[in-house]
Amino acid sequence: MALIDTINPLLTTGWTKGDAGWGIKDYEARGGYKQLRRVLESRMTQDDLIAEVKTSVLRGRGGAGFPTGLKWSFMPKAAPLKYVVCNTDEGEPGTFKDRDLMRFDPHAVIEGMIIAGYAVGAKAGYNYIHGEIFEVYQRFEEALDQARAAGYLGNNILGSEFSFDLFAHHGWGAYICGEETGLLESIEGKKGQPRYKPPFPANFGLYGKPTTINNTETFAAIPFILGMGGEAYLNLGKPNNGGTKLFSVSGHVNRPGNFEVPMGTPFSKLLEMAGGMRGGRKLKAVIPGGSSAPVLPADVIMDCTMDYDSIAKAGSMLGSGAVIVMDETVCMVKALERLSYFYYEESCGQCTPCREGSGWLYRVVHRIEHGEGRPEDLDLLNRVTDNMMGKTICALADAAAFPVRSFIKHFKSEFEYHIENKKCLVDPETQRMGSGFFKAGAA
Amino acid sequence: MVEIEIDGKTLQVEDGSTVIEAAHKLGTYIPHFCYHKKLSIAANCRMCLVQVEKAPKPMPACATIVTNGMKVFTHSELAVKAQKAVMEFLLINHPLDCPICDQGGECQLQDLAVGYGDSASKYEEEKRVVPDKDLGPLVSTDMTRCINCTRCIRFTAEIAGFMELGQSYRGERAEVMPFIGKTVDTELSGNIIDLCPVGALTSKPFRFSARTWELSRRKSVSPHDALGSNLIVQTKHDKVMRVLPLENEAVNECWISDKERFSYQGLNSADRLTKPMVKQGGEWKEVDWNVALDYAAHALRDVARNHGGAAIGGLLSPHATLEEMFLAQKLLRSLGSENIDLRLRHSDFSADGKRAGIPSLGMKIADISALDRVLVVGSFLRKDHPLIAQRLRQSAKKAAQVSILHSANDELLINLTARAIAPPSHLPALLAQVAKAVCAAKGAAVPSDIASLSITADAQAIADSLVSGSNSAVLLGNFAQQHPQAAMLHALGRLIATTLGGRLGFLGEAANSVGGYVARAVPGNGGLNAAAMLKDPRQAYVVLGAEADLDTADGAQALAALAKAAVTVVLTPFRTPAMLDYAAVLLPTAPFTETSGTFVNTEGRVQSFYAAAKPLGEARPGWKVLRVLGNLLEQAGFDQDSSEDVRNEALGGKREFVAGMSNGIEAVALSFADGADKLERVADVPIYFADPLVRRSPALQQAADSAVPAARMNAATLAKSGLAAGDAVKVGAGGTVITLRAGLDNGLPDNVVRVAAAHADTIGLGAMFATLTVEKA
Amino acid sequence: MDNDNAQLSPEALRRIDREVAKYPADQKQSAVMAALVIAQDEKGWLPKETIAAVAEYLGMAPMAAYEVASFYNMYDLHPVGKYKITVCTNLPCALSGGVHAAEYVKTKLGIDFNETTADGKFTLKEGECMGACGDAPVMLVNNKRMCSFMLPEQIDNLLAECK
Ligand SMILES: Cc1cc2nc3c(=O)[nH]c(=O)nc-3n(C[C@H](O)[C@H](O)[C@H](O)COP(=O)(O)O)c2cc1C
Ligand code: SF4
Ligand code: FES
Repeated sequence: MALIDTINPLLTTGWTKGDAGWGIKDYEARGGYKQLRRVLESRMTQDDLIAEVKTSVLRGRGGAGFPTGLKWSFMPKAAPLKYVVCNTDEGEPGTFKDRDLMRFDPHAVIEGMIIAGYAVGAKAGYNYIHGEIFEVYQRFEEALDQARAAGYLGNNILGSEFSFDLFAHHGWGAYICGEETGLLESIEGKKGQPRYKPPFPANFGLYGKPTTINNTETFAAIPFILGMGGEAYLNLGKPNNGGTKLFSVSGHVNRPGNFEVPMGTPFSKLLEMAGGMRGGRKLKAVIPGGSSAPVLPADVIMDCTMDYDSIAKAGSMLGSGAVIVMDETVCMVKALERLSYFYYEESCGQCTPCREGSGWLYRVVHRIEHGEGRPEDLDLLNRVTDNMMGKTICALADAAAFPVRSFIKHFKSEFEYHIENKKCLVDPETQRMGSGFFKAGAA
Repeated sequence: MVEIEIDGKTLQVEDGSTVIEAAHKLGTYIPHFCYHKKLSIAANCRMCLVQVEKAPKPMPACATIVTNGMKVFTHSELAVKAQKAVMEFLLINHPLDCPICDQGGECQLQDLAVGYGDSASKYEEEKRVVPDKDLGPLVSTDMTRCINCTRCIRFTAEIAGFMELGQSYRGERAEVMPFIGKTVDTELSGNIIDLCPVGALTSKPFRFSARTWELSRRKSVSPHDALGSNLIVQTKHDKVMRVLPLENEAVNECWISDKERFSYQGLNSADRLTKPMVKQGGEWKEVDWNVALDYAAHALRDVARNHGGAAIGGLLSPHATLEEMFLAQKLLRSLGSENIDLRLRHSDFSADGKRAGIPSLGMKIADISALDRVLVVGSFLRKDHPLIAQRLRQSAKKAAQVSILHSANDELLINLTARAIAPPSHLPALLAQVAKAVCAAKGAAVPSDIASLSITADAQAIADSLVSGSNSAVLLGNFAQQHPQAAMLHALGRLIATTLGGRLGFLGEAANSVGGYVARAVPGNGGLNAAAMLKDPRQAYVVLGAEADLDTADGAQALAALAKAAVTVVLTPFRTPAMLDYAAVLLPTAPFTETSGTFVNTEGRVQSFYAAAKPLGEARPGWKVLRVLGNLLEQAGFDQDSSEDVRNEALGGKREFVAGMSNGIEAVALSFADGADKLERVADVPIYFADPLVRRSPALQQAADSAVPAARMNAATLAKSGLAAGDAVKVGAGGTVITLRAGLDNGLPDNVVRVAAAHADTIGLGAMFATLTVEKA
Repeated sequence: MDNDNAQLSPEALRRIDREVAKYPADQKQSAVMAALVIAQDEKGWLPKETIAAVAEYLGMAPMAAYEVASFYNMYDLHPVGKYKITVCTNLPCALSGGVHAAEYVKTKLGIDFNETTADGKFTLKEGECMGACGDAPVMLVNNKRMCSFMLPEQIDNLLAECK
């Protein structure tokens, strides 16, 4: 499945031919590597380049939404050895945009990384690719070969003074490597246990050298921003939320998939593009930014537009743009149980509150789901999350806490029902049929 | 410097300090587990969370760098709430088995739980159980108690130099463990017991033997290597139960080696001599002290009268106390003997009379850490000097360059810059090449006797490294000091050091190698050195604290000499079958834990200690025994009231460092062996056989470093001799042949057979430095 | 497992060398993840001797390699069947049948998660998000082949295809 639908395609322009359009010839035919050529031939200054990215108000697409131009400007100018690193460790449940970007337009990522390397003065880069998507890793290696053969990578790129090489590093199954310093540790051949910050990667990154890390989608947007100009890119979206964004819509919709829309597009529009609710059932809740983002009930999300500020105002996060749609067949306790299991399973284990707390949360939710909940459990869960949040090296502990708190906050009565009656509010058969597994193509 | 405020108190601290370091300066305690001042910062336990003004979240004090004007609150509501939260998490999966835990009473978790824990946890889920690990004979595990602070892991990787432990799996399943099937084997491994803040890693020999609050504690000093680690000796009912490091940044920092930690097990070995014994008519009898002393005094006086004082030899262990050596030499001299020596493993004494002073480290131990270029010559560094090796390991991680010139290439776990490995007989020439290259590079005159040498690439690399620094030293190890051309190595080392404007140092062989010189436990005018008095047997010997077969340069020769003597008086804590053979009188003396005394370490630091326990049986402090002997012989100068009196007499007053140290040497004639195609022995003194006490520690005897000695060769030498590793091989020297297993050691140069010394299996082979023959058995 | 079997083939070492070349010369350890994957491909799983051999080849402590092999969950520290099928059951997949797909495979193969069929052909694992939630239910075969939209019919086909 390539692209389902889009408004104002940029990053997805190359997706139309699906698996047939990823090669370098297709990319060049679409205007690919033109911006790299322009930057090098015009000897654009690093400052001008970074200024352009700042103007675009491109915010990092990996989850935190940090302004990309600003991040690049943190790189120390004088350091002799610097790196750029791309985060394609897409493991946040609900997120599957980077995989498609890498499948259908890997050269956009490569071009974006080379330009970023130029902007921050790096000579080498690595793209860290999620373990489970081997075919994507292979394709990216092939794309790198093509780029190298075409002279876009290596020494004196396109006859300029600028040399840059790029390599792919394949993960092997650890969500925590999506966290940028866990990722760096992993490239260094260690467990992906995040580092305490500060120092931040811009000062102490890969092999201790200044490093810029961005998400795949962030890098892929760079050639397009340079192509249309920062100002124009910004204006596609909303103030402080420049450009378009890929949303991965999963769950109870008729057409799950990736959708590129301008920042600020109403959620209802996005839902409509995804074919509406599966079987015409009623929307119950949406996790708007990947599993770590607080869940929002139907009425709240229906009033939101899809951009950082609107979703934050509603009490959640735009995160990675993973929109998990749940209809009325979902038992919220069971949904939370699965998410809590995920964080318990994926905690790297170094920080006490996360190592011990993530298991505690999961066990209590599991108990409730299995009819052994106690009235005091909801307070206990809130207290444990309180004790986890803001006390760890990375944000995974917070990510484990947010779902618990938001599920209890918005669906408290369903949890209470579960505890009192030792069973789901939603009857099991309804839940079973909700997945569409048993009658394929349920309409 | 930056100014910060902690709980309302202002102070100045250095840039780059952490909040916990700053708090320490103020004496403010911040609870912590993973933080340790000597280890890298992990910030994983989260116990040290404090409030920092303007920071929305609590910050880990161990990892937060101070900034000017920072205000820290360690006891604010936010801080205490965070600390309590962490404590609750730490306890939910902890077994809370304090009543049966060896850490009880000295457990940081237990201590902090009192201050920061809530009595009843709300955790009612199933607790985690973690399988225990076999870490070898020294460290025992209760991994369910582990709080994953990773101190032990960081210790193995960063301080001991090899990552023996790691944390496997992840999340709640994370487990501290060695590689499957491996144990912890470095010579520093016991420190992880001290580092473990809970009862997950405890001492295997100590396990369940006492509760910590039942123990009495005494400060002491290590009797083993020349560092003189400061110790705490813990006793129960006058029995030593445990030995721990006493922190002394200038000496052992906060570490001790496993030898120092576990040798106490030997103190109460079945070999302990608890009553004086005399041999009468070929029969050994336990006798009263006065009988034994009388016998000894008469026998020695008779020999002196009938054969002259020169017929008596004194062999003094370099592990004996200053007081013992001082009185022993005094006694021997009073009998007219100048045959006195503590250098029992040496084979070259030609520097005697040429030395400018007492050989020593030539600098402070702490100065080692400031050196930027170091050449270690002839040393099994890691095993002979575990904590000096550790210091060099840390330096080499920073800007320092460390090189070695030796006859074996053992893994030092130091990031070496250069190495030159050659058979023992080639070491002087190799060092001379370095000297020549250094002279050349420095524009100094090249002495004529080394001018014709051609310089090998390895020697050049060492020289290149040395000349590129500004604070260099050449350190001569035990092997260099025991070497048959030790004086040449000394002179060449000196030449290199002076040419560089650097320093020359001796890594002392034993706890009191420097002290022995101060006590004059070396031959006087016309006296025989240790080797000479064994080569040319005496009528009588006084042996202090040594086991002649295992503690000398040529055990076989020593045994033969002592057997021939009419009288051998042995002052010893232990009896051995060999002693029963050669001695006439055995006087039970107290080991270091049962006597007061002094060791002078390799830098010349005078370190005195008191007895930690009463002497076992009728054993008595050696200095007292010698004083009474002096009295019985009616000699003057044996009327000291205390060991302090003896010490002050020996040192010429009370001092922190001894006087008279110098590593200068007059000209030594240099001549170099040419590469004759013979097989040379390389004899190391295995770490856990190096002295009588450590030989008797059952736990250490099970350690990997106590393996049965083999005849080790590199692949080429094995092949040349038609041998394969594991074959039985006949090893011969000077007419005797012993059978050993052949072993492969590719760190050895060609034409070298490595056979450990100081081991019962290899005494028969004789001298430590010798030409050998090998033949498949 | 004897030591000979732990040795990697020249082909595997060649592939590892190619990975090593991606990193700075003094950072060979960076290739450990790839090297363990290559070793696992060759051995079917990662016996401790193989992990030690990889560590030695890259000049790192065996324990450091073991930490890596046990941290990332696609390394197999125990033998697995010829086909290791990992089913994503995380929430986005579950909403579209991930859990049911896993149940279906379990029933068909008569094994539970982390079990291997008696004939040694299949091992079943529960997976976390594979970054393909739009294609749910998704399964991964032998770590490298992603299968999308795995409804009963597709599962039947997959299992039939695994010879
Ligand atoms: C637990 C955790 C998981 C993360 N996973 C990802 C991920 O899969 N992909 C990603 O791009 N960023 C992920 N991030 C965010 C990164 O740490 C980092 O902020 C991001 O890669 C920066 O790129 P950007 O500025 O382009 O967004 C994760 C963060 C945390 C705390
Ligand atoms: S918060 Fe959790 S995942 Fe993040 S570093 Fe700490 S233990 Fe690891
Ligand atoms: S001591 Fe600071 S986090 Fe452990």
